[in-house]
Amino acid sequence: MPMRPPVTMPCTTPFASIPVRSVAVKTVRSKKEKTMDVLQYSPQALSEPPSFAPGYVSTVARSPRKPLVRIPQTLTEVTGPADFGERLLRAPVHDMTQEGKGEPLGERIIVSGRVLDDRGHPVPNTVVEVWQCNSAGRYVHKKDQHDAPLDPNFTGQGRVVTDEEGRYRFVTIKPGAYPWRNHYNAWRPAHIHFSLFGPCFATRLITQMYFPGDPLIDIDPIACAVPSEARNRMVSRFDIDTTENEWALGYVFDIVLRGRNATPMENPQ
Amino acid sequence: MSDTLVSEVRPLTPWQTVGPFFHYALPWEGGENLLREGVQGERIIIRGRVLDAMDQPVSDAMVEIWQASSSGRYDHPEDNRTEVPADPAFIGFGRCPTNEDGVFTFHTVRPGPVPGPGNTEQAPHIAIGLFGRGLLRRLVTRLYFPESEANAHDPILDLVGPERADTLIAKRDEENSGVPTYWFDIHIQGENETVFFDV
Repeated sequence: MPMRPPVTMPCTTPFASIPVRSVAVKTVRSKKEKTMDVLQYSPQALSEPPSFAPGYVSTVARSPRKPLVRIPQTLTEVTGPADFGERLLRAPVHDMTQEGKGEPLGERIIVSGRVLDDRGHPVPNTVVEVWQCNSAGRYVHKKDQHDAPLDPNFTGQGRVVTDEEGRYRFVTIKPGAYPWRNHYNAWRPAHIHFSLFGPCFATRLITQMYFPGDPLIDIDPIACAVPSEARNRMVSRFDIDTTENEWALGYVFDIVLRGRNATPMENPQ
Repeated sequence: MSDTLVSEVRPLTPWQTVGPFFHYALPWEGGENLLREGVQGERIIIRGRVLDAMDQPVSDAMVEIWQASSSGRYDHPEDNRTEVPADPAFIGFGRCPTNEDGVFTFHTVRPGPVPGPGNTEQAPHIAIGLFGRGLLRRLVTRLYFPESEANAHDPILDLVGPERADTLIAKRDEENSGVPTYWFDIHIQGENETVFFDV
């Protein structure tokens, strides 16, 4: 679906052209004289989409119209919730098929991958929260009125923490497609919601993982708010190596978060 | 940015909306209460509404906050200032879904000032992330306190400029005589649109 360009694209302004004064963070000041802080994370603009994408009707009244104000990352933005041990969020759930008294209906799958920064460094010990509808396309949510059955053995929520190499893995049921009221005959492609923190406030990411070969992806206004090349980064791939014999298909979904030093921050002299 | 550098960088995974059906997965019991036993500092309540372009409450949004302790220290390895005492009872992260009236509430402590760019100091503030149906990506803003004299010298408010900086200043709820309560309405769009940051 061709999307109109957003009214304002403040995020896409090249960083170097913004007249921001010195952004050296006090506690991590560079040793190089007259060098701006190099410990900034790569620009958010690199992770499309814009807030305003009128094909997704709800964005029309829920997107800012004034330009975002570009600010340097300070100690506030380069710190963030980091220790998810037992102090934050809910208990880990690695196997979403074991939450009920019996096996949920649908196709059992294994979703795994790595969380990396944009230089390819693993992002270890970060929480990955996931949620989804069941195999019939119905969420365990009081406001989901889709005429499809709930599954008493499937809730569809989990969370795992990446290991030292940024790897994560969980077992679930392949979600179904479901209708929504964005436009006539609108259907969401099958997807799993992902919520990640990364090392700090600036690296937060919420995205959706899609499945390869799904014909609904390219006619879905939410997926299509992202240009096609970038859209493909949200599509998992079938993987025979993580598929388990006589048990479950494997899908791999690697996630790339903003990393440091991706943008040179030398002060234009 | 040199071509060499660009070729080394992996493209980021794009944002997508949190959608309307996150409630059974993301909020957790006590997520809006940052107070733990032994926490240091002045207890405060942060409360506000999320409003759309027509000033209608957004009842399927989610607000996250991140802030320093009462002494101005972040619970994160990046904040390694030994001269500022850490508060082991305070993490500084909270998450709250909006209710049917679009209202969110946090119980926390008044944050201390923290370093800013260069040799500046930032006025006490709370970083806010806003998510919701119809929000394709997180909107980032900040809450500042109305009585803080340091606001006049805050480097981020300075970048915002005087015309819109007041959208970032919470209002003291004078009727609540107990715990100091601050109202902070987030206007996603419209005449009083809140300042959102590209960080």
